[in-house]
Amino acid sequence: MGLQLFSFLIAGVIIVAGALGVVLSKHPVHAALFLIQTLFGVAVEFLVVEAHFLAAIQVIVYAGAIVILFLFVIMLLGVDNAEDLSIEPIIGQRPLAALSGAAIFGLLMTVIFSASSGGRITGEGSVSLALDATDPTGEVLPNVEQLAQVIFTDMVFAFEVTAILLTVAVVGAVVMARRIPGALQPLPEVLPIGEFSTEDQGESTAVAATEEGEEH
Amino acid sequence: MLTPTYYLVLSALVFSIGAFGVLVRRNPLIMFMCVELMLNAVNLTFIGLAWGLNDIGGQVSVFFVMVVAAAEVVVGLAIVVAIMRRRDGATADDLSVLRG
Amino acid sequence: MINFVYLIPLFPLLGCVTLMLVGKKMGEPSAGYFATAASGLSFIATVVTFFGLRALDVEERQVTKTLFEWVPAGNFSANAGFLVDPLSVAMLLFITGIGTLIHLYSVGYMHGDENFSKFFLYLNMFIFAMSILVLGDNLLLTFLGWEGVGACSYFLVSFWFSEEKNAMAGKKAFITNRVGDWGFMVATFLAFASIGSIDYLTINGTAAQLSTPVLAAMVLLLFVGVMGKSAQFPLYLWLPDAMAGPTPVSALIHAATMVTSGVYLLTRVNGLVYEALLHAQWVTNIIAWVGVGTAFFAATIAIAQTDIKKVLAYSTVSQLGYMVLAVGSGVFVAAIFHMITHAFFKALLFLGSGSVIHGMDNDQDMRRYGGLRKLLPITSATFIIGWLAIAGVPPFAGFWSKDEILLSAWELGGINGKLLWFFGLITALMTGFYMSRQVFLTFYGDYRFGDPDKDEVDQAWDGYIAHAEAEKDEAITAREAAATKLEEANVAVESRNVAFAKAQMEVTQTTSEDDLAKAQKALDTASGALEKAEAGVVSAQDELTAASALVDVKDQAVSSVKSEAARRVEPEPGEQRTAGAASDFLPDAVAKRAEHHPHESGWQMATPLVILAFLSIVGGVIQLPFTSEVHFLENWLEPALTFEHKFASSAGTKVALAVVAIIAGAVGIMAAVSVYLRNQGDPAKIEKQILFDGWGYDRAVTAFMGGPGAKMFDAITWLDANIVDGMVNGTGSLVRGTGSTVRRFQNGLVRSYAMSITLGSIGLLVWFVVRIAA
Repeated sequence: MGLQLFSFLIAGVIIVAGALGVVLSKHPVHAALFLIQTLFGVAVEFLVVEAHFLAAIQVIVYAGAIVILFLFVIMLLGVDNAEDLSIEPIIGQRPLAALSGAAIFGLLMTVIFSASSGGRITGEGSVSLALDATDPTGEVLPNVEQLAQVIFTDMVFAFEVTAILLTVAVVGAVVMARRIPGALQPLPEVLPIGEFSTEDQGESTAVAATEEGEEH
Repeated sequence: MLTPTYYLVLSALVFSIGAFGVLVRRNPLIMFMCVELMLNAVNLTFIGLAWGLNDIGGQVSVFFVMVVAAAEVVVGLAIVVAIMRRRDGATADDLSVLRG
Repeated sequence: MINFVYLIPLFPLLGCVTLMLVGKKMGEPSAGYFATAASGLSFIATVVTFFGLRALDVEERQVTKTLFEWVPAGNFSANAGFLVDPLSVAMLLFITGIGTLIHLYSVGYMHGDENFSKFFLYLNMFIFAMSILVLGDNLLLTFLGWEGVGACSYFLVSFWFSEEKNAMAGKKAFITNRVGDWGFMVATFLAFASIGSIDYLTINGTAAQLSTPVLAAMVLLLFVGVMGKSAQFPLYLWLPDAMAGPTPVSALIHAATMVTSGVYLLTRVNGLVYEALLHAQWVTNIIAWVGVGTAFFAATIAIAQTDIKKVLAYSTVSQLGYMVLAVGSGVFVAAIFHMITHAFFKALLFLGSGSVIHGMDNDQDMRRYGGLRKLLPITSATFIIGWLAIAGVPPFAGFWSKDEILLSAWELGGINGKLLWFFGLITALMTGFYMSRQVFLTFYGDYRFGDPDKDEVDQAWDGYIAHAEAEKDEAITAREAAATKLEEANVAVESRNVAFAKAQMEVTQTTSEDDLAKAQKALDTASGALEKAEAGVVSAQDELTAASALVDVKDQAVSSVKSEAARRVEPEPGEQRTAGAASDFLPDAVAKRAEHHPHESGWQMATPLVILAFLSIVGGVIQLPFTSEVHFLENWLEPALTFEHKFASSAGTKVALAVVAIIAGAVGIMAAVSVYLRNQGDPAKIEKQILFDGWGYDRAVTAFMGGPGAKMFDAITWLDANIVDGMVNGTGSLVRGTGSTVRRFQNGLVRSYAMSITLGSIGLLVWFVVRIAA
């Protein structure tokens, strides 16, 4: 057993344990901490196959930024919002979810093993740079330079688009989370399934009536 | 010997756990975290295959997935904040305005 | 240069859109001049296209300019394409040309209207739709324009829609045209089903291969459309009513351009009509007879109309009949020739009548006109030119075109052709008569705008009699009052008598000195009162006598007024009509008219009149019958026509027919001269009520549609509501039922939705696995 495989397995155990922790912990704060565990594990898996840049990004962006954001929100909304895991309002959701999870796993396994045993995972038809690409002097390019070469040439348009995406996301977040002056409208009352608010219908017919009125 | 298949299996496992979490958890924050798990599972696949196929393209994809994930979390958390402000301690099941 | 064709519809479209957006802001008169410029630019584009087409070789003068594929549907395809050929360009030249003139005229005519810019919006929209109609290279695109001009016609006929009558006229025009559109649409379907294409070039090219019944059906169905748009019997009803619109609209849409589009359509598919002429002559005979019948029928009605615009409306129907006759005779050149000359002189006549109406304070009754020649010099001079042109006086434009139509009818040969020719000739005679009548009533004779009408005189006399009777009633009331007074006086005398007797008794029975004096005093008072009462009786009696005498006098006055009213006679023709003794009782409108001074219109209205008058004089030169070199129109149109009609008659026959036509026109004019100018006959004998009512056809249609027709449509409505809608609604309730079942899944719970997504992705995975396994 090589060092590579050993590292992979250790990290894999950490990842799966963290993932289970996220799903099963009652408290959001615990879940966030488990998430950090998983993300670190994934970063290690990146290192195992020499994706150094992405490993760094994984730690900085995911563990550093995203999870911290989660924690901020948790603090903002109250830390003590524990979820009661002993009840499930939607009938049949849990068994169905377990079944689905198992089915997805099983089916993916089928696909993976039939594909890898059929030798379908090959490098043929690859379009971008090879991992062992060399520079003119014969040196293998470092991981960051390889990534940069692809991102700023072939993928430059997509890269620019992500810039727009991030800007839009920031603006959207500010718009949605900002405090609107005046009293907040409460959410509509939740009615049992199958019943409908007559108020809504009255409103919609009133709207239809005014529209008709405008037409005439 | 480590092969890409290991990565795929690990990825499938994490993905299934994440999907199960999204389906059973009611706290929107934890649902988000489970979505992050699923995204990370996909990233594992990309990395493993990039390594197996000797192609940097997989790593580039991971890079973009991370950007999108960051954007998604920002917007998603803003939505959660906006909802929570209107009703404290709301769970995903309370938000049934979408129904027909 | 042919690419300029795109600009022809573009300019009016831009004008229309601009006016829609900022027309109100532009206001008067900028909006009008703007629209005129849009139409004028379109005219210039047409002229450029014309020269571009002329620069091509004769064989190449049929250019299709495709804008885009409009309706691609299976093996059916309709392009938004323009067919630029001599026919469409000739049409467009006079449409945009006359259209521009009428835009300019309208600037003057619509002066002061509150919806000034809206009017020009519609006019520009009309020019746009009309150019689409003319340029369309297939039946569907033409139909788009066809409906577009119909809609504009509707908007403009009911432009002053606040009056019920105008709104109704618009509706009538719109609905009557729908009947025709049915024919057009079915013909389009038939063309697609039998030929597989609705392109004009394909239709004309393959017409010879069609079976006779299909050919006949297609031509007849298109002709139904023509009946509607070109106002042929029995669908002509809407056109006279359409005169409710502003006069420039009548000139542009309901005389010069839109109504000729039916004739244009038949010329566009001349390959079909020609095949029908060869193999199914009964079809073209129907067309020719409907044409000549309409011409004749409308001319008889025009004779008795009193509204200046109604005369021109029926005249238009009649002239359109001529064009249809030419098409039915297979001589398309003659139809187009008459269409162009008619556009000149009928637009002129309408604009002239508009100028008269404008000058006469919106009064349209010709009987009130007269002697306007001196008051409206430009209008009358140009109107007279238009009159000479339509009456077929050589060398004015109308003579040449009408002559060619009569000749083409004659050359159909046989008794059929001779009869068609004969009715055409009689119509020409009547045209001379009614147009002369109009001119004489309007511009000649004495100025009689201040004179009362027959109705108004009757009204005045009725008022006079009523007045006399009212006075008599007053006298009778006075007499009764006097009688009552007398009675009262008598009663008073009696009561005083009693009082007097009582007082006397008192005197005789009294013994005491004091009392006696008192009684004596009372007696004196009583006797005084009695005397007074007796005097009252006498005066009341006098009063009664006087009142009775007054009643007699008034009674006599009433009978004398009545006998005077009965004795009064209609004035001799030419004599001034007055109300005589009843003058004081004429309606106020008469006095208002008497104070009115007719005025000539402004330059915006005069300029188009002069230009059109010039064209009406010289319009004939585009197709002179002498040698084939001067057949300019025929030579020009040749590439657009699948076959060319050559007149076979000898020069002698042609001259003889022309002379007969001139004589017929002259007879009509002379008859009008003797009746209306020299007052040598009684107009009432000619202007029969039944003619005025249009032979009662309109009323019959209304009665039918109000009674049995309405029941029929009710039945159809029932079928529609219960069976057709039933199917449609059934589909709806099926969907609704399914929907309310499926709605349960839309429960608003995000996690259920997530579950659906998961199940979906599991399905996808299963599919992958199956694919790998396979």
